[in-house]
Amino acid sequence: MNWEKLVSDIFGPDHRVKRHGDVISGTGELHGQTLAVVGTTDHTSIGVEIALAQARLILDTVQNHPERAILLLVDTQGQRLRHRDELLCINRYMAHLGCCIELARRRGHRVIGLVYDQALSGGFITSGLIADACYALPEAEIRVMRLPAMARVTKISEQVLEALSISNPVFAPGVKNYVAMGGIHSLWTGDLAAALQDALQTAPRDDARAADGAARGGRKLAAQVIAQVLVEKVAA
Amino acid sequence: MKHSFAESTARIRVNDLLDTDSFRELSGPAQRVVSPHLALLGVPFSFDDGVVIGSGSLHGESVLIAAQEGEFMGGGVGEVHGAKLVGLFKRALRDRPAAVLVLAESGGVRLHEANAGLIAVSEVMRALLDVRAAGIPVLMLIGGATGCFGGMGLIARCADYLVMSDIGRMSMSGPEVIESSHGVEEFDSRDRALVWRTTGGKHRYLMDDCDALVEDDMDAFRQAAIEGLRRARPLTLEAMLQEHVLLTARIAEFGDCKDATDIWQRMGVPNTSQVTDLEAAQVQALKPAAAVETL
Repeated sequence: MNWEKLVSDIFGPDHRVKRHGDVISGTGELHGQTLAVVGTTDHTSIGVEIALAQARLILDTVQNHPERAILLLVDTQGQRLRHRDELLCINRYMAHLGCCIELARRRGHRVIGLVYDQALSGGFITSGLIADACYALPEAEIRVMRLPAMARVTKISEQVLEALSISNPVFAPGVKNYVAMGGIHSLWTGDLAAALQDALQTAPRDDARAADGAARGGRKLAAQVIAQVLVEKVAA
Repeated sequence: MKHSFAESTARIRVNDLLDTDSFRELSGPAQRVVSPHLALLGVPFSFDDGVVIGSGSLHGESVLIAAQEGEFMGGGVGEVHGAKLVGLFKRALRDRPAAVLVLAESGGVRLHEANAGLIAVSEVMRALLDVRAAGIPVLMLIGGATGCFGGMGLIARCADYLVMSDIGRMSMSGPEVIESSHGVEEFDSRDRALVWRTTGGKHRYLMDDCDALVEDDMDAFRQAAIEGLRRARPLTLEAMLQEHVLLTARIAEFGDCKDATDIWQRMGVPNTSQVTDLEAAQVQALKPAAAVETL
């Protein structure tokens, strides 16, 4: 879905969300409540400038509109793959964006992530994945790497990976797999405004993803290992 | 005599970094906490899933510690590996140690467990930030040959205090990934000097992307970690605004530079071609006096 239709579907025609380059930002009203919208479009790659621009928007919201809820709209092909960005320490810029979102959450802003088109590893970790909870549209795509590339890197044949991906959500891209593993809280279908309203009321504030992954059967070990490390007695 | 950090295994690193005989491992190899996904792929697994975690003392203060093993799957974060780190951070919230030390050596998400690894990296980041918010400093020590990339590069920059050696590299995308995407003219991954001056400890130190630069020596890392015990960096609005100013100014000042040496020259570093040959102490001396970390 394109971002204009998405924000119109959620907030109606009177929203004040605009596009500047590949960054989208603004505000919309939902049942009398104003929300800040921050995101990207056109599968853009996240370089130092775009990470910084989004961080600025989050900081402005924290400074000027205490506790205003924030909707993060995710559409990215991942981090920008350029020598210049690495020279400038792009991971610091992206971590800064993540820490700004974390700060907003800690100061009482509800932060909801929505993958409305495409999410790829690096660009996703310090945006949608650091929200209170992250959601996705059913037609969205989330992945770390395409299967052919994964086959090359892991030196495991694509046929084997494809066969495994049918039975095991760990290997295949797709939003349903991320729901099963707890990484995506749920898919938004039907009335998107109602889905957002529900998310604002019910999204967990603490990280519930390992527990969700275990309950849904898609990622069974994480919660168990976390609990084991926590209760284990230290040897004398 | 120097005792190389880079050439030691993760288990030796934690033992030698902490006070003598103080390290106690949690969920160690005897407990067989292994990745279920690697077995499915017919790939060798490890009884610690590539990360050593536990508790001990540093300079007499109780700490929790984790060390990633770069020799196992490039230190990649899979479901179990990530969960061990999350468990350690949750333990820190309960037990309130003086600090949590992470000896990071990782290419980021373990591609063999792609989706689970990505979520795990995100969980580690949030658990780390919970610990930092509790006022317990999280220290990142980067000195292994594999470096600290991808999701772990992001996590490293979320910590309170970063220590690097020149051998250690910290970045987002590996040079091979950039080269395969945009060609050898963009980033020649086989040009070792280029790779190190772009992502290595010296450049990161000169740019203030890490707090301390040390030699590849176990005791130097230990001394830097002791210094870090007092370096909690609370995540406040003021701190984030300050960071934002710094990062904005960096693009304006250095955004057009083609190479690390261009940046160093613009910073006023003399003889930029010789920086890569300098000792850590000599690189420290290049920084303006006010910015120098006391070690």
